[in-house]
Amino acid sequence: MIKAIITGLIFLFTLVVYQTTFAGPPEDRRAFVAYYESRFPDIPFAEYANGIYAIDRDARDQWLEIEEFPPYEFAIEQGADLWQEKFPDGKGYSDCFKDSANGVRQAYPKFDPQTGEVITLERAINLCRNEHGQKNLEFGNEQMLALSAFMAFESRGNSINIEVPGDDPRALAAYEQGKQFYYSKRGQLNLSCADCHVVSAGQYVRADHLSAGLGHPTHFPVYRSKFGSMLSLHQRFEGCIRDVRAKPFELQSKEYTTLEYFLTYMSNGLEVNGPGARK
Amino acid sequence: MASAIKVKTKLSGDIAEVKSLMLHPMETGSRKDPDSGNVIPVHHITQLVFTNNGKQVMVANFSTAVSKNPYFSFSFSGAKAGDRLHVSWVDNLGEKAELETQLK
Repeated sequence: MIKAIITGLIFLFTLVVYQTTFAGPPEDRRAFVAYYESRFPDIPFAEYANGIYAIDRDARDQWLEIEEFPPYEFAIEQGADLWQEKFPDGKGYSDCFKDSANGVRQAYPKFDPQTGEVITLERAINLCRNEHGQKNLEFGNEQMLALSAFMAFESRGNSINIEVPGDDPRALAAYEQGKQFYYSKRGQLNLSCADCHVVSAGQYVRADHLSAGLGHPTHFPVYRSKFGSMLSLHQRFEGCIRDVRAKPFELQSKEYTTLEYFLTYMSNGLEVNGPGARK
Repeated sequence: MASAIKVKTKLSGDIAEVKSLMLHPMETGSRKDPDSGNVIPVHHITQLVFTNNGKQVMVANFSTAVSKNPYFSFSFSGAKAGDRLHVSWVDNLGEKAELETQLK
């Protein structure tokens, strides 16, 4: 316990030192990973892709049972059908996503040097639709979730590889905004993302255990047994922010997009294993 | 849309383990639409039937207490590879779905 507090303090201290001197994304990521390594020395790095099931044995057993007959299979099938559909101009999604045969999930969210914005997979799907004269799919809509579930499935096993180009200050600014969000306290409970998922990872929150921040974005979208439907990462953010009793932001808002950018960068090197099943 | 039923089977000796997953809203009829306040009408599977080579091996009468997208698993003896397992459900609105698969 004392050890945990000390490592936590050391971590926070190093963060402060980094922030006041110079902390580039690669240094941040190394510190982030090193913190969990010292916190959970028995958990191999690759296991963090399984979220809370890397930490909580009981929950892991239940999850393995669910994975024998995954409830997200319907969404993957629906997504595969949507993927095959052609736009009126005869093109399809595979024309927008280069190298989609090998999966593209691991590269998103991606910084677009032309517009200077971070593009999430969901936004990229809509940009593709616009390009071929189609209307946007609503974020969080069933078809959007099914498509992204299928794309995640096709990318399984690929290592997450998010780039923050060092030569573009806009990319670094987006990364910094996401990082700021992650460590900022909010809501009536006055909690930051890091308070729960870094400092208190593995501890109880009511009857459940808090998952580690490392590996959070690898398995989205997820099938939530609680809702009986698929859920995107931004909808999960929304849930967390509501849980600390703050007002959630819009799906795909700048806040969530930059948070996803930061968080996914932190998980670089872990395998994509979406879509996932969570209670 | 693909079939609204998925089935996986595993044979060990003459015992077949059957796992199935159904796509169904399973509305209880006592839930309200949060936006309009109207009651969402009852809509649930009433009967699920499994037959093996035409012989019934499992009949389940579902009511409102079963969750959305139900998962149903059981095992039966007297099965052999190549048997034709047929699954079907009918709901209170008369909607149906069925699937046939070979034991292996």
